[in-house]
Amino acid sequence: MKYFDYAATTPPDSDVVRTMAEIMEAHYGNPSSIHGYGERADQLLRRARCGCAAALGVKPEEIVFTSGATESNNLAIKGAALRYQTRGKHLITTATEHASVYESFLQLQQWGWEVTWLPVDSDGRVSTQQVMDAIRPDTVLVSLMHVNNETGIIHPVAEIGKRLKSAAPRVLFHVDGVQGFGKLEAKPASWGADLYSLSAHKIRGPKGAGLLYVRSGVELTPLLSGGSQEQGMRAGTENVPLLVGMAKAMRLAAERQLAFAERATVLRDRIMETIETIPGLKLNSRKDGAPHIIHFSYPGMKAEVALHTLEQLGIIVSTQSACSSRSAEPSRVLLAMGRDAASASGGLRISLGNEHTEEDVALLEQALHQMVAQLRPLERRM
Amino acid sequence: MKYDMLLLRFGEFMLKGKNRARFEKTIITQVRALLKPYPGASLRKEFGRLYVDLGGHSHTELIAVLKRVFGVMSISPVKVTPSVLEDIVETAVAFMDERENEFKEGTTFKVNTRRVWKEYPHSSHEMNHMVGSPILRKFQQLRVDVRNPDIELRVEIRDQGTYIFNEVIPAVGGFPLGTNGKAMALLSGGIDSPVAAWASMRRGLEVECVHFYSYPFTSQRAKEKVIDLARALADHAGTIKLHLVPFTEIQTAFTQLGQDNLIITLMRRSMLRIATKLAERERALALITGDSLGQVASQTLPSMNVIGRATELPLLRPLVMMDKQEIITMSKQIGTYDISILPYEDCCTLFVPKSPTTNPNLRIVDKIEATMSHLPEWVDEAVAQTETIVLHAGEAAPATSDNTGNEIKEDWF
Repeated sequence: MKYFDYAATTPPDSDVVRTMAEIMEAHYGNPSSIHGYGERADQLLRRARCGCAAALGVKPEEIVFTSGATESNNLAIKGAALRYQTRGKHLITTATEHASVYESFLQLQQWGWEVTWLPVDSDGRVSTQQVMDAIRPDTVLVSLMHVNNETGIIHPVAEIGKRLKSAAPRVLFHVDGVQGFGKLEAKPASWGADLYSLSAHKIRGPKGAGLLYVRSGVELTPLLSGGSQEQGMRAGTENVPLLVGMAKAMRLAAERQLAFAERATVLRDRIMETIETIPGLKLNSRKDGAPHIIHFSYPGMKAEVALHTLEQLGIIVSTQSACSSRSAEPSRVLLAMGRDAASASGGLRISLGNEHTEEDVALLEQALHQMVAQLRPLERRM
Repeated sequence: MKYDMLLLRFGEFMLKGKNRARFEKTIITQVRALLKPYPGASLRKEFGRLYVDLGGHSHTELIAVLKRVFGVMSISPVKVTPSVLEDIVETAVAFMDERENEFKEGTTFKVNTRRVWKEYPHSSHEMNHMVGSPILRKFQQLRVDVRNPDIELRVEIRDQGTYIFNEVIPAVGGFPLGTNGKAMALLSGGIDSPVAAWASMRRGLEVECVHFYSYPFTSQRAKEKVIDLARALADHAGTIKLHLVPFTEIQTAFTQLGQDNLIITLMRRSMLRIATKLAERERALALITGDSLGQVASQTLPSMNVIGRATELPLLRPLVMMDKQEIITMSKQIGTYDISILPYEDCCTLFVPKSPTTNPNLRIVDKIEATMSHLPEWVDEAVAQTETIVLHAGEAAPATSDNTGNEIKEDWF
């Protein structure tokens, strides 16, 4: 079986797994306890925090550990909206965000905030000017993903951050960095981002660990209360082994980023070219997108059927994003890009990781050809 | 405004003729140490001034760092433009544009041109007019006042480019670090002692820190807290040496004497003796404490008298006449406050007697110490077992020996 669903989750690095197992056994102290067991756990946590901060080029005290990107996004968006509601009740995001961002904004809308949902162009990209034009005196927060999880399109976050900082310095800027970290350069502080979310399991770390970068001086209303952990922004005993695992995974991903991007781009371009030559398949991603995501449609065929056929042929891909793939709704992202309902519900995603080889890609290409050949008789009957 | 460099001006030591070269060299060393986390930023010396090329880093961030350099009086962010009239005028107008929101009807300004490059075709006087006129045309609210202007726009014309600046941001001032010698500061985990160490640095002392810990009564975290405090000081000095002294044995010995009200006095005297030996070893010529008159029992005048006699070195107490609130304000400014208020026990808060004496008797104290025949040995032992670490600005602390038998493996990270 060849796994091509790294954008959904990645197999944890074996070094990370070993580290976490050793820590889980040896250092089970609560980092808030003051005895030696607690101290050791706390020390591990401090080291992990420094490691995560270094990988992002920020200060250790600007890292808030969470259970994953969903929590980070919720904390960033609702935490900022609640904390700064006296500045105004207007928020800006795009129509193509991940569900954890999208639903947070829907919730805030229900609670009385006004949300501007920026449209995207046919490639799925939002422009800097659109963001700037949407700013109002009562705008509190702009939230934007670095890389779209379905199509791999890259948003100009650095440019937007810089423009925001000079034109509207009081507006907070949140970047959902989940699909960008480890694939593209990730320097939230130099982009002018105030908040930046990250998840460990997308970069060969464990599930259940994530972080939010909170620029010094920015305050958030906590969503979880009950203790003074994480500077009071996120109560709850820190999961030390997972967080150390995340720090290690982040270091490795940051070190390998350039090499990975170079290698994955070659493989991605090759896969894209193959898809373009197969009649019946339609490429939705662009070559200037992220190096690890290829999105395509098989119009006239239900995506799930294509997925299962590929699985039978030994290739794992996904439909939409994993978080919404169990819903029968067409992709919100593709609809926002102006695709019709048929291709929006027929999307398939191939996503690459750092261990994929030319041979793996050859197998994938073979399977794509075979899949179309097998399904051709069924086209438009489904 | 995107600035190109920072101009650093020196302080009072500039007057001291013969030493100037040495003083400048010291400042340059400290600037280099503080710039380490900012690759790309570079340094250039000129007579009586220092220029730091920003190398793409944010000017506000570097100003915040370089404001701490002892001996630097003020900093100006500078825009560099070609020494061509049109460029100079355009940049000067852009400079004023940045500050337009400060202008009121009748705000006064002047242009002050210095022509370092004598071949430049226009005289300083002409330049003042040629730069000033378009500004006056653009900003109708402005008036010229050459004697006492609200805003002074400085234009320095040089061969390689013209420097334009107007903001003068006050910096920490004082003397360059170490130009007045070296001293040993007793660092507790409290609010006062880091401020005392910093205040000493500002007067040109190179400061090394001594901390006493009482493991296992105090925790590893108390020790780490002090390491963090020393590192916060390193963010000002560039580098700080920290001596960690095991104090458990001496401290427990004092608790066995049945002289509870004198424990603090005796403890402080032993600390000063150990610090004196360390100072001699490191060639430091004074001890620094965070004492503030009357704050606690050991800081009454009689206590200070009896405690201070345990050392022959000058005992410097920079905070002795300051109010607590002033000290807290300073500790917030220098970035040690948030660390100082972490709640771990340290050896100074351990075994505090119910009623420590505010008026100790020197003869009695001398007598008690004379009965403790092992005391000099313990002092030497503590000195011998002292662990020394060096902390650098912007870097994580090095690992220290861990008394808890900690097994944290490097390859986990």
